[in-house]
Amino acid sequence: MESKGRFGVHGGQYLPEILMNAINELEEAYNHYKNDPEFNRELTKLLNEYAGRPSMLYYAEKMTKDLGGAKIYLKREDLNHTGSHKVNNVLGQALLAKKMGKKRLIAETGAGQHGVASATAAALLDMECVVYMGKEDTIRQALNVYRMKLLGAEVIPVTSGTATLKDAVSEAMREWTTRIEDTHYCLGSAVGPHPFPTIVRDFQALISREARAQILEKEGRLPDAVIACVGGGSNAIGSFYHFIPDESVQLIGCEAAGRGIDTFETAATFNTGSVGIFHGMKSYFCQDEYGQIAPVYSISAGLDYPGVGPEHSYLHDLGRAQYVPVTDDEAVDAFEYLSRTEGIIPAIESSHAVAHAIKLAPTMGKDKIIIITISGRGDKDCAAIARYRGEDLYE
Amino acid sequence: MSKIRSAFTDKRAFIPFITCGDPDLNTTAEVARAAAANGADIIIFGIPFSDPTAEGPVVQDASLRALAGGVTTDKIFDFVKELRNNVKIPFVFMTYANVVFSYGIERFMTECQKAEIDGIIIHDVPFEEKREFSDTAKECGIDIISIIAPAPAARIAMIAKEAEGFIYLISGNSNDSNIGIVSDPAEMISVIRENTDVPCVMNTDSDKTDDIPSVSDGVIAGTAVISLIEAHGKDAVSYVGEYVKSAKISL
Repeated sequence: MESKGRFGVHGGQYLPEILMNAINELEEAYNHYKNDPEFNRELTKLLNEYAGRPSMLYYAEKMTKDLGGAKIYLKREDLNHTGSHKVNNVLGQALLAKKMGKKRLIAETGAGQHGVASATAAALLDMECVVYMGKEDTIRQALNVYRMKLLGAEVIPVTSGTATLKDAVSEAMREWTTRIEDTHYCLGSAVGPHPFPTIVRDFQALISREARAQILEKEGRLPDAVIACVGGGSNAIGSFYHFIPDESVQLIGCEAAGRGIDTFETAATFNTGSVGIFHGMKSYFCQDEYGQIAPVYSISAGLDYPGVGPEHSYLHDLGRAQYVPVTDDEAVDAFEYLSRTEGIIPAIESSHAVAHAIKLAPTMGKDKIIIITISGRGDKDCAAIARYRGEDLYE
Repeated sequence: MSKIRSAFTDKRAFIPFITCGDPDLNTTAEVARAAAANGADIIIFGIPFSDPTAEGPVVQDASLRALAGGVTTDKIFDFVKELRNNVKIPFVFMTYANVVFSYGIERFMTECQKAEIDGIIIHDVPFEEKREFSDTAKECGIDIISIIAPAPAARIAMIAKEAEGFIYLISGNSNDSNIGIVSDPAEMISVIRENTDVPCVMNTDSDKTDDIPSVSDGVIAGTAVISLIEAHGKDAVSYVGEYVKSAKISL
């Protein structure tokens, strides 16, 4: 039998037999609905009228002038309802689950953005919602825990392993095996077994579809670089996807280096990891020589994941996209920089992309164009960043 | 006939599961000897993985205890080769894809062959991904043990047709039956029997030996042995021996 969902050698369906029915059912349903006009009409209506799409492509004039190089545009996913790109995927998957007759959504969350988006979609579509979140992250992102509860979701703190995003994914997968019949696992990133990386990419690809049309309208040409942060990589694959055939467009993913790629406190998968098999997929992972998954670290709960989506691994192997490490310090500086310069407070995840743009833009000519995807807004991070800077601020 | 199949010719097989290196490999060796001496027909050795996504809390904790104790795949191969000097019943490894893949599939299977490992269960390698591992395993004479869970009859048949050694049958919740899924163990076995005569074993989570599934050709005692090791640590050997003896008699 042919292995499905491959991106080069990456991807596949490495998961326990007990989940194969659910995954096959999901694949069949997705293949049916992705081309169903009625499904797409309903989804577009939700995205436009509920989530506030299309998101703006904003010319960051002050930042551009300050850096003195390439012209910088921001793709404003932070302006979506719920405050991040996560809503794009969640509305798609929740609607799909509803069509499949599922009554309950389970989700993992790191920073809480996907959890909040899932809880929101569940509230809107009259579904139950249970969110698995690493205990460590429930502390780092206490406000988002409250938001999920306010929206009617149950939040289950996960204490196994490192009590962060990877453990939340593992726990959600375990839970899925026990209630496949009425439950859809709404996976939030472009990771996991086929068909998840494809489903999530398809639902996030509207970021690059819009951005491509918007930049052509504003500038009459394609950008020279598209920059996005990469944890599992859903906003990045969404930001890259429609630019992949345009070879003049450099695609740059920014991974979380934590305290640096020469330390053990990092989550930079491409820069410190190797190919492995975990969470249903073959891809790059931070791991030791025996394949034990490494505990990873980043200031950003949303990028604090030891793996990366298989399509990114493929783009990496092809050399089509570059993946660069960005440290906590650089991300925090960028968080403050964009707030001060443009009056836009980016999520600490997105700040990793901003940080790289700050380095890159001055090295490019003024006739060049960069698009940075601001994947989410940074309100959720303010208290943690204040503490990082030594202030005694708790939510 | 593989050595694993011959363990089923007599009567129902009793198959304890032991996580290697919990709390250390000496204890694992002593526990394995005690299990074999008291009638275990096959032993499944777990090679611990940092993120055992397919297992419950008892095995998760055992895996983390073992890794914290410093066990590695290389140490486990050495331990099994040593144990092979005086324990001859079939051995099966149970682990996760990344443990095998990161070691190098060919290198891993060759070491298995040297350690006289008879079969391997890889939790996160379903039928669809089996080929990557099974060709090399076959060359090394190692059975890839298939897991069958509640599924449509066609899927059960598809897996059963290529099964080797034994089939690890996982029963599911009965709610599944209304969506075209065969989930009753007896019904699952009857579908399997139409396609293969490979024996079927089921897991028992119970430490009570009278509460063991009656329909299968054998029983895997997963959490029972691990719970005894968790409770008694290095002194668990005699407790495991007694448990295996009474479990084997009750079969």
